[in-house]
Amino acid sequence: MSAARSWKRRLLAEIMLGALLIIGLPLLNALGILSDYYLNLFGKYLSLAILALGMDLIWGYTGILSLGQAIFFGLGAYSVGMHLMLESSGKGVYGEPIPDFMIWNRVFELPLFWKPYQHLFFAFLSSLLLPALVAAVIGFLTFRRRVGGTYFAILTQAIAYAVWLMFNRNELKLGGTNGLTDFKSIMGFSLSDPGTLRGLYLVTALCLVGSFLCCRWLVRSKMGLVLTAIRDQEQRLRFLGYPVATYKIFSFAVAGALAGLAGALYAPQVGIITPSQIGVLPSLEIVVWVATGGRGTLVGAIVGAVGINAARSVLTARYPEWWPIILGGLFVGVVIVFPEGVIGLPQQLGRWGRWMRVWLFERRGAGPGSVGGSQRGIETSKRPMLSEED
Amino acid sequence: MEKHGTIVYLEDVTVNFDGFQALRGVNFYVDHGELRALIGPNGAGKTTLLDTICGKVKPERGRIVFGAMTDLTRLEEHEIAALGVGRKFQTPAVFKNLTLLENLMLSLPHRRNIFSTLFGSLTPQQTDRIASTLEILGLLEKAHQKAGSLSHGEMQWLEIGMVMIQDPQLFLLDEPVAGMTGGEREKTGELLKRMAQDHAVLVVEHDMEFVRQTAQKVTVLHEGMVLCEGSVERVQGDPRVIEVYLGRGHPVDAHDSRP
Repeated sequence: MSAARSWKRRLLAEIMLGALLIIGLPLLNALGILSDYYLNLFGKYLSLAILALGMDLIWGYTGILSLGQAIFFGLGAYSVGMHLMLESSGKGVYGEPIPDFMIWNRVFELPLFWKPYQHLFFAFLSSLLLPALVAAVIGFLTFRRRVGGTYFAILTQAIAYAVWLMFNRNELKLGGTNGLTDFKSIMGFSLSDPGTLRGLYLVTALCLVGSFLCCRWLVRSKMGLVLTAIRDQEQRLRFLGYPVATYKIFSFAVAGALAGLAGALYAPQVGIITPSQIGVLPSLEIVVWVATGGRGTLVGAIVGAVGINAARSVLTARYPEWWPIILGGLFVGVVIVFPEGVIGLPQQLGRWGRWMRVWLFERRGAGPGSVGGSQRGIETSKRPMLSEED
Repeated sequence: MEKHGTIVYLEDVTVNFDGFQALRGVNFYVDHGELRALIGPNGAGKTTLLDTICGKVKPERGRIVFGAMTDLTRLEEHEIAALGVGRKFQTPAVFKNLTLLENLMLSLPHRRNIFSTLFGSLTPQQTDRIASTLEILGLLEKAHQKAGSLSHGEMQWLEIGMVMIQDPQLFLLDEPVAGMTGGEREKTGELLKRMAQDHAVLVVEHDMEFVRQTAQKVTVLHEGMVLCEGSVERVQGDPRVIEVYLGRGHPVDAHDSRP
């Protein structure tokens, strides 16, 4: 059976990719082929890939375009960032037991909401649950009232803007425009030690593989069918008795938790988190990653996130002024020419090749007019799996 | 076992769309195991009546009592569906990116909460049920095709099958044979009769020939009110009905002129 074979081949490719990330890259690093700098850079890309997985779940599968995923990423990153700030305080310029920026802002006592973040476990839990909770609240207020489509996209964009404005203010006691930075150590391990960063890379790679497996289980269970059904025909599903809003809230909250996890892994590896990473523009970029990689396929989301961020690292160093144009052009190109993204490229090229053949055959072979309909009939009856897109 | 008595009862139901009264104090009931047709000129409120029963439209006034004393006007669509009201829309509404098998799988009557959706699996009986439904629909060999690849008529059957497998007590259909060829109409009629064996069916239909073949009793709506009720012959002979349809042609003629 060819279906079984292609499934096996896919599984093999996935296992190889996972092994490359978890064993291959650290091994290359240990052998001195891949520098610590690049390993750390990959760690950053992999954390962003988790963010893309969440986006794919809510957008690619459920069909809800959220333009505010960076909010959830930010909540996760700030949660862990706060813990790292507290772990580092006392070692700063002023030697006070609170973060330095608070002293510049004339705050001399640790604000109450900072206190639980002294525990890494709480910070980590907060990086997962806080974004999920915020997403669930936004979802509850919108999906239950049947706010969807463009309205939901605009609304989330507005919320992203509002959150960005809020985090820029010093009154929030989260470092204002400078954000949280100057992290010294995590669990006692110095963050300037390459060994710590290697460990963080490994944790990130494992989290990505774990998130991927969870998402795959989710989309292959009946849940995946329900989410796809919401994208296809929400009303039909509602009249089959499914509480559609609850499912949307669930999907949005899971996407939020994944974004939070991504942020939690991103902050210690990059060493800084500022409001510029949680606003409107970063939220839009996540959409571009997923669209380019191929939405509705989990591997596509990962490929898109890693690919575009790697391209950004290379291209912004060489042609910084061209990067926004390249990114924008890529998005337009994907939407118009390759709606299925990189992952769908081979299939799409195959389809084009077939159309081309049919076109040439019609031209050369049978007389005009008589073939068109029957040719298409043969095409569809031979390959029932390749239904036309609508 | 055949059950007797009313399955759904509408009492003084009024629906207002921004000043336009689509239904004006409608009193209407359907019995268990009945196949009832709903006819009337355009704008008579036929679709609105179905929409109010299944919760898509909330009435301004009145009660809709389902089964034993459940007032549907207070419930949401999915709650009404879970109680046993199935709805087939006028234009085919199926999940085009899922296979026929998956479409029917989602329609099976099992718990609709998130937990059972994540961890539930199909029992052998359920698989058999999907297969037998596909056989009744005549779509068994297309089980693994995506629903988007079906023809218009096949999509309509799939949607009827989805509501059938949902096993509702009351089945609401909106013009199921619109746009179908003669053979397809006949098959749809067979499906409805099969449904009516153990479910109450309420069908909106223009096609009087189809109504005569399938329905036992007809309700005529006009300008948001029930004009008359009875057998097909009685309704067609009613002077009020003839008058309502005058100017638009007799219902039979009105249909037969359509392609």
